[in-house]
Amino acid sequence: MLEIRNLHANIGDKEILRGIDLSVQAGEIHAVMGPNGSGKSTLAQVLAGHPAYEVTQGTVLYDGRNLLEMDPEVRAQEGIFLAFQYPIEIPGVTNAYFLRSAYNEIRKAKGMPELDPLEFLDLMEEKTKIVEMDQAMMNRSVNTGFSGGEKKRNEILQMAVLEPRLAILDETDSGLDIDALKVVANGVNALRRPDNATIVVTHYQRLLNYIIPDRVHVLAHGRIVKSGGKELALELEERGYDWIPGAAA
Amino acid sequence: MSEAVDALTKVGMMVADAISSENSPRASIEAYRRDFDEADKSSSEPQWLRSMRRSAMDTFESGGFPSMKNEDWHFTNIAPVAEHKFQPAKKGAAVSSEALARIEYGQDWHTVVFVNGRLAAPSQGLPAGLTITSLASEIEGDTDLIKRHFSKLATPESGTFTALNAAFAIDGAVIRLAADTVVEKPIHLVFVSDAGAEQAATHPHNLVFAERHSQATIIESFVAVGADVYFTNAVTEVFVADGARLSHYKLQRESQNAFHVGTLQVHQARDSRYESFSFATGAELSRTNVYTTLAGDAAEAVLNGLYMVDGKQHVDHQTRIEHVAPNCPSHELYKGILDGRSHGVFNGKVYVHPEAQKTDGKQSNNNLLLSDQARVDTKPQLEIFADDVKCTHGATVGRLDETALFYMRSRGIGTSQARRLLTYAFAADVLEKLELEPLKEALEAQVLERFTS
Repeated sequence: MLEIRNLHANIGDKEILRGIDLSVQAGEIHAVMGPNGSGKSTLAQVLAGHPAYEVTQGTVLYDGRNLLEMDPEVRAQEGIFLAFQYPIEIPGVTNAYFLRSAYNEIRKAKGMPELDPLEFLDLMEEKTKIVEMDQAMMNRSVNTGFSGGEKKRNEILQMAVLEPRLAILDETDSGLDIDALKVVANGVNALRRPDNATIVVTHYQRLLNYIIPDRVHVLAHGRIVKSGGKELALELEERGYDWIPGAAA
Repeated sequence: MSEAVDALTKVGMMVADAISSENSPRASIEAYRRDFDEADKSSSEPQWLRSMRRSAMDTFESGGFPSMKNEDWHFTNIAPVAEHKFQPAKKGAAVSSEALARIEYGQDWHTVVFVNGRLAAPSQGLPAGLTITSLASEIEGDTDLIKRHFSKLATPESGTFTALNAAFAIDGAVIRLAADTVVEKPIHLVFVSDAGAEQAATHPHNLVFAERHSQATIIESFVAVGADVYFTNAVTEVFVADGARLSHYKLQRESQNAFHVGTLQVHQARDSRYESFSFATGAELSRTNVYTTLAGDAAEAVLNGLYMVDGKQHVDHQTRIEHVAPNCPSHELYKGILDGRSHGVFNGKVYVHPEAQKTDGKQSNNNLLLSDQARVDTKPQLEIFADDVKCTHGATVGRLDETALFYMRSRGIGTSQARRLLTYAFAADVLEKLELEPLKEALEAQVLERFTS
């Protein structure tokens, strides 16, 4: 589904990604771990198309098509979803309006009819249950005044509504207490399907107790320096990163 | 040789032409003087008014138009108005019901229509306790009311444009709310400039008297049907008596090539509440003054506004809140959205007099620039002479949040739709403060529509 080859990316003059190779198949969950500043979030942002990053080398194929040529909104319409590490506050736009606009834009791109506000309300009633969110949150401005946990839940809610084929969770577990973590993990698991895939970017092994990955990758200095099965995450938790060749600071 | 001389002569003639067309403030003041004297000669108005007008004309003539050295006009160059010779407006035609429905956003209000500054259609079927007459009829009747109140709040001495208005105002609405009257339907004053106002100036003058514990909503709309370049110089004087509650909305939707100066001067007695909203999208150059005096204990003022301009438009708001009495709250929020090469100006003054203890004043002005060429000058001012007060003020000028734009795009919302949503969101909180629900919805729709294309 996703083929990343020799991906290099800069922010300003600074090279952050220095030759990433990663292949993700439908139905899989991949965890990307690594020390601070290794380029994990950059990888997530580049895949979503953040304009601040410049791809200098390499290719990313999504279902065989050149992902890097697509605008961020086109990527979303094609089924890519990034759960932000720091979800953005948008005062003045209600969660319901925002999400319905996104949902309908994606439906339009697929040539499907849009949902009116009432139909959308029914959909929301079902989806808010997945993340145990109070329906009243839908009438508040997007992420505005939300607690850290509420913001992360809101990201998963958006994911539940938009039903992406490839979800990228950027440190969605950071700063969550265990209850919120379980809610987020349960949400991700509930949305898992044989034809979609998830990349979980995380700093901690803890989340992987609840979302079991098929593959674990260690990212350091802008490269994937080691890959393995789910047991690699446990080993990282125990031994840190310094034992891996190429990962030392 | 002779060709060269011809050319020189031609240049000389062109210079002479330029001088004879006399596009100078002095020449336009002289033209106003000639128009005034002519009207005065044949005037049948009461003596007191004629002498008052003469003195207003003298004040205007001697003071002239304000320059940018004048503190109150520092960011607004009034030259396009000062150098333009506007004629007196011709009589207008009736406004079609279709045009009116558009102006009224399809609402059923107590509507009074003025075309080119003259009453065209009085309101029918007013409820008990509400009287609306015209300034012209009050003058003709030489009423005590007009004698006591005309240009007494917004005096000719207070500024060039109030002086000009006092000299030339022939019509406008006189609204009286009897004590304890509660008027449910909004009162809508519509000032239409039609083809007869092209290259002309009109000087509407309204008076509003809200007696004790009365309650009403007044809307003033300024619109064009057919006219393009014209000048509206409006004055509205408002007296809000003890415990009265008045909502007063101004919708400045003049032609994009028009000039508009509007002064709103309010006097608030104790326990009164006055809510004002200034919505400005029209005119090439506009200046709106909103001045209120909190003269009685615990009077409350709420002044809000939204200006939304584009192209070469210039929009200027000046507000002044005089806290004279103690225990008065005043809250003010003005927002601006500026696109193209437009220029916004906000100057908000809050004066807290020595006796005005326990004043609670809050003032803010936030601006959103949608283009690199758009500009804003904002100057919130606080002058406090009392020692037990709570006052805050602040101003911001910003652009659309790039991270929010990316966030929306990453959810499938295209750039233009995302910009539109964020722009709308910027205006949402000030529109939210509008207490008249159908108007709020209409203006929200207008803001959305503006950013759809």
